[in-house]
Amino acid sequence: MAGLCESLPGFLCKFPAFSDVSIRVVRKSVDDGFKSLVRSYVNAIDAMVQPLQWFLNYLERLFVSSPWPIILLIMLAIVYFGSRNIRITIGTAVSMLAIGLLGLWNDTMVTLAMVTVCTFIAILIGIPIGILMARSDRVQGIINPILDVMQTMPSFVYLIPVVMIFGIGKVPGLIAVVIYAVPPMIRLTNLGIRLVDKEVLEAADAFGSSGWQKLKNVQMPLALPTIMAGINQTIMMSLAMVVVASMVGVGGLGKNVLQAINNQFFTVGFLNGFALVAIAIIFDRTSQAYGKRLQKHSEVIHG
Amino acid sequence: MVSHAIEVRNLYKIFGPRGGDYVDAVKNGLGKAELNEKYGHVLGLRDINISMPAGGIMVVMGLSGSGKSTLIRHINRLIDPTAGEVLYDGVDVCKMSENDLREFRRHKTAMVFQKFALLPHRTVLENTVYGLEIQGVGQEEREKRAKQWIARVGLSGFENHYPNQLSGGMQQRVGLARALTNDADILLMDEAYSALDPLIRVDMQTVLLDLQKELKKTVVFITHDLDEALRLGDKIAILRDGMVVQQGTGQEIVLNPADEYITAFVKEVNRGRVVNVETIMAPLSGTPEGMPIVKGTVLEAAARAMTSVNQTLAHVVDENNRPVGAISLSAIISSMVTPTSHEAKAA
Repeated sequence: MAGLCESLPGFLCKFPAFSDVSIRVVRKSVDDGFKSLVRSYVNAIDAMVQPLQWFLNYLERLFVSSPWPIILLIMLAIVYFGSRNIRITIGTAVSMLAIGLLGLWNDTMVTLAMVTVCTFIAILIGIPIGILMARSDRVQGIINPILDVMQTMPSFVYLIPVVMIFGIGKVPGLIAVVIYAVPPMIRLTNLGIRLVDKEVLEAADAFGSSGWQKLKNVQMPLALPTIMAGINQTIMMSLAMVVVASMVGVGGLGKNVLQAINNQFFTVGFLNGFALVAIAIIFDRTSQAYGKRLQKHSEVIHG
Repeated sequence: MVSHAIEVRNLYKIFGPRGGDYVDAVKNGLGKAELNEKYGHVLGLRDINISMPAGGIMVVMGLSGSGKSTLIRHINRLIDPTAGEVLYDGVDVCKMSENDLREFRRHKTAMVFQKFALLPHRTVLENTVYGLEIQGVGQEEREKRAKQWIARVGLSGFENHYPNQLSGGMQQRVGLARALTNDADILLMDEAYSALDPLIRVDMQTVLLDLQKELKKTVVFITHDLDEALRLGDKIAILRDGMVVQQGTGQEIVLNPADEYITAFVKEVNRGRVVNVETIMAPLSGTPEGMPIVKGTVLEAAARAMTSVNQTLAHVVDENNRPVGAISLSAIISSMVTPTSHEAKAA
């Protein structure tokens, strides 16, 4: 095949790319344009994300500086009343104690605060967008490709503009995590609402429900199991992303993992990794058990 | 509350993106098959004219695909017509604004569905109050009213069960209670009993007839079962391929079927339960003989009464106990059996 090139015109053998110079010019002007745009709005951007910073700092301080038995008890109470399952509760107690004994308590609290805030924001953004998508095929047609890009774009890539806009720190990390974790929330809210039984919707219409009443009384409650699955996915993805976000200055377990990678600290890496796994399993089992309990009414007793 | 009649006039429904363009063609005789083949549109309803009696049960009967479910959805405009009008109390439902329509649905109509369409995450009580809840009636008041109707349909004690925990018959009782709690004048029942097994169906028919005696609502009942239609209907319309083939009382349809299609339908009907004595009575000649039978009694009941007292002759009396005609047991029996002409036609 290589011989073929000798008898063909050059542009068929080597791809005729634009010249390096012209690409560099375009690249530079886009970068510079973006930078100057960011620079001119830097104050506005800072003011906008300030509440996030406060919220995050407040929660982090609360988690880290409270006496550990109180945090542990509150956590166990949430897990128990969420899942009503004593085994999950005991599992939570054992893994949290192990984390504490291994000296990872504070880092775990920092990560926990981060994931809590991220999940909260992802739900706050995801559910309304999901509802909008479910109501209009056109909106769905616009948002779906955006979600595809968000989910397939390597997370390191969108760290670049995030850092350019917000700098290094917790908030940019938080934004990166939310971008990564929000798509399943949006998609599953949309799906859940679209899967609601048409007959039940027709009945709601026949009794004269307004759009809001239909959403509140029929669509959201019936979509709830799917939405719960979305929340679950969002939590899992936030936990995975906090490690990557540590590259832009998020503390906690992720930072330890990053340091372990840089210094080849095998044990430290795995201990922190397992701490993340433990939190993930606690969140997952609790939210799934809670979701199942919400479905109590679907149990068929007879008939 | 005074019930009003529903007038359906020149109603057309053509399904498809440009249904309106073909109304005139259909009016000029374009057929269902041709419309579908040439233009890719489906003819749902064609020139429907029915006046549904106020305070009575109107049954719309037809096989699947005849357009009966489409027709009932025009009355509360779950489906928009392509042409024509649906008049209730002088107002065209098809021209109502969105707000008026919502108010109309909330206060004037209530609907019962074939597959029940209950809210699975709500208990029986919470399902039953649904109509009042969206009207904005207070919780105490709406639960009081709902509990009355739950008791009336025989579901007391099940208020806190979820629909999934109930059998099909019980779920449809919830559906009926939910519709009745709305206290609306029009009750729309879309194949409400078709998913129930036969014994429970008859049971539910009795519930409806008993309730109707005192409520006197304008009921529109859709069914594919002729026995059900004859038992419930003050008036019956038979639909085929989106057109009304025949309408009238059950008696009229059984005695004078309009075409072979309906003849085939009524062949298997127990005529003794449909035909009234005054329909077959002979004029009075001389003094009334035998026992008196009140006008409006069906043949089966008359035959039972006559055989129990061992009489072959009787006379029919009107509401004021005045004799109006004579009847014999043999005349009753010959009217109860299916005429041979019908047998031959249907075969």
